[in-house]
Amino acid sequence: MTPAGHVVGCDLTEVADVAESIATFGDAYLRRVYTALEIEQTGAAAERLAARFAAKEAVVKLLAEPDIGTDPHDVEVVLTDGVPTLRLHGTVCERAAARWDRIELSLSHTATTAMAVVIAREVP
Amino acid sequence: MDNAIRAALAQYGKLAVDASALGREDDLFAKGFTSNATVNVMLALEDEYDVEFAESDLKKSTFATIASIEAVLQRLVAA
Repeated sequence: MTPAGHVVGCDLTEVADVAESIATFGDAYLRRVYTALEIEQTGAAAERLAARFAAKEAVVKLLAEPDIGTDPHDVEVVLTDGVPTLRLHGTVCERAAARWDRIELSLSHTATTAMAVVIAREVP
Repeated sequence: MDNAIRAALAQYGKLAVDASALGREDDLFAKGFTSNATVNVMLALEDEYDVEFAESDLKKSTFATIASIEAVLQRLVAA
């Protein structure tokens, strides 16, 4: 059970799907989904990008506003001292700031599957 | 445009069913459409029609059905 005043979102992404997207669409896919920093910090490795894709989806689920479009660049995963953290931008940042005062991210991946879990503390 | 969308779904959608047999209002996500696959289909259609889906279009409902994809695509083409 999620602690009172907290919300959680998660997502799983197949690494092979991301690898195929990169192979098929190349830079068009990479630039459309990921920020320049994400591409740089992952070395465009499919499993690491898949984890970041999952993180973007997890935040969208957390927002639970299906009628509002979300630019994937607005949910950025940044490595800080080797630890993945969320950096929100644009309208996602505005929407999040109105509702949460803290958000935490955890990523994991195998050779085949990447996952992300996000938990946010609701503004009282 | 319906045919082009079905072709993109067939090639990039990774659906569990034949795209040509889909009803226009069938829930694509119930047929195996994933969020990553929506990006692929979107990129393919953007390239074919020389348009760009706006941030406001980047939501699940845009890609929920062939009809919904077509509605957005028609608006973008007409703009």
